[in-house]
Amino acid sequence: MKVQEHLNPNIFSENVEQVPNRNGFGDGLKDAGEKYPEVVALCADLTESTRISEFAKVFPERYFEMGITEQSMASVASGMAAMGKTPFIASYAMFSPGRNWEQIRTTIAYNNVNVKIAGAHAGVSVGPDGATHQAIEDIALMRVVPNMVVISPCDVHEAKRATVAAAEYEGPIYIRFAREKTPVITTLGTPFAIGKAEVYLVRDSVHEKKVGIIGSGTVLHHAMMAAKQLNEQGIGASVMNLATIKPLDEEAVLAFANEHDVLVTVEEHQVAGGMGSAVAEYLSEVRPTRIVRVGVHDQFGQSGKPEELIAYYGIDTKAIVATAKKLVGN
Amino acid sequence: MRYLTDDEIRSLEEKANEIRQSIIEMLVEAGSGHTAGPLGMADVFTLLYFEVLRHRPNDPFWNDRDRLVLSSGHICPVLYATMAHAGYFPLEELLTLRKFGSRLQGHPHREMLPGLETSSGPLGSGLSQAVGMALAERMENQYSSKYFYCITGDGELNEGQIWEAMLLAGKEKLHNLIVIVDRNGIQIDGYTKDVMPLEPLREKFESFNFDVQEVDGHNMRALNDAVGKAQAVYGQPSIIIAHTIPAKGVDVFERDFRWHGNPPGKGPEDRVSKDQQEEVALKKLRSLGGAIVPSDNI
Repeated sequence: MKVQEHLNPNIFSENVEQVPNRNGFGDGLKDAGEKYPEVVALCADLTESTRISEFAKVFPERYFEMGITEQSMASVASGMAAMGKTPFIASYAMFSPGRNWEQIRTTIAYNNVNVKIAGAHAGVSVGPDGATHQAIEDIALMRVVPNMVVISPCDVHEAKRATVAAAEYEGPIYIRFAREKTPVITTLGTPFAIGKAEVYLVRDSVHEKKVGIIGSGTVLHHAMMAAKQLNEQGIGASVMNLATIKPLDEEAVLAFANEHDVLVTVEEHQVAGGMGSAVAEYLSEVRPTRIVRVGVHDQFGQSGKPEELIAYYGIDTKAIVATAKKLVGN
Repeated sequence: MRYLTDDEIRSLEEKANEIRQSIIEMLVEAGSGHTAGPLGMADVFTLLYFEVLRHRPNDPFWNDRDRLVLSSGHICPVLYATMAHAGYFPLEELLTLRKFGSRLQGHPHREMLPGLETSSGPLGSGLSQAVGMALAERMENQYSSKYFYCITGDGELNEGQIWEAMLLAGKEKLHNLIVIVDRNGIQIDGYTKDVMPLEPLREKFESFNFDVQEVDGHNMRALNDAVGKAQAVYGQPSIIIAHTIPAKGVDVFERDFRWHGNPPGKGPEDRVSKDQQEEVALKKLRSLGGAIVPSDNI
């Protein structure tokens, strides 16, 4: 198997560096703020935990504390964008875009204004806070809204670059971030562009059976680990990072499907409406492909340690390996 | 604010009457839409577009324009009719309201018609957008003389988002923000006092740190004075509670909440039968000329 050289060389090490990808949002927004004076930031009383504090410290005059008003925050940002600003709004994904979906749809997406929505603490890996704070529907909510771009970065570096890229893109974007420390997968040399999928790991060509694993978000690391084990166990497994879920990189997904017998999608989200759905919807129309979606199956989350929950809901390395083996008949 | 002569007042009243006639005609042609709110707000819109707003109908994206955000999007027939009369687009286009391919969507869409500042319809979000605009303007130029007007309904004040936006406007002391509440006392399900009582409304707004005025929403001179005072308020956002009569101008439609969401021809028949509604309304309005008598309905 071949791992792309631009990735973190320690990716499979037990001591792989672990950083929350929301830190990348904080860094990226500060950088975007330095480069682009029209960037402004709004937050609904979660300044530190969303990491928007990094921007607020450097640009206090361009930072607006909204209090706990996610609905108004979305529309205030729309108004600021109408006046030429590039607002980033931040809260937990459960509340933005969870609570303020209609405001995002009407006042941001339908208005087609240049607002960026940062949804922090997405996924079950939020952990002890429990199901009320674990957004596992946010990708579905944003994916169905016209004009909206949806990005789920896999680690801190990609989160940073997605944030800067979002500032440079004209139009509404949703980016989801996770709370916990997760392995650093990429490096500053890893290519990133909105709308562009990247194959991170290419299967051993000696194996007869070929599984393509498409992941997005921080669970991409589990996909990478699973692919390594599968290749070691005689199944050719590759991994694609589908960071931009909408618009879908159709060309790359189709090529990936063509190179494999079956596909497994991996995401920390409901399987209904998420990244796996996007892949399945597209491929079922152009190249019917056997796909199994790894994710949460129509359940709510619960309290627990992040790794316990990822395992319980069947999104960890072990579950991906088992799913892939079953799929290819091993 | 400018002092208006009696002739100027008279001319604005006549314009409002023409706009009301356009509203009736476009609603009848559309076969659906809202009647009470648009007729009730014709005087406010006329004053704004023909006297108050700094705008250029032939250059709708002029950067230095004042911004008018219609939060209660369902009363858009009055916005469209006023814009057409002000020269934004041909009057004939009013008859395309709510039809396939029309720029005059059933609820306003910013992307379709130049001169619309926002898309609206879902209630409660226009005020937040106006607050965002006013805030962004102040960042650019704290001495800016641009004003941000937001029109809301009163039923709309049920929405929690309105109060979220008010908290922020008060916090940020946005004296460039002027909210005009269409206080007509009705919403779809009935009278606002029954559906969800709002009073004491003035006190609610004052407690959110707004400067509050109440005015007869059909009295051009009183409205103009109120806008002038609101413009002069410093360090505080302003609210003008414009007391309006739903369906003002067509006496047989007035004050009945059932005219909220029906066009002439489909409204309640207690006072005039459906087949007579358009004709009676237009006849009544034409008979008034500019002489819709200011009421004392506060």
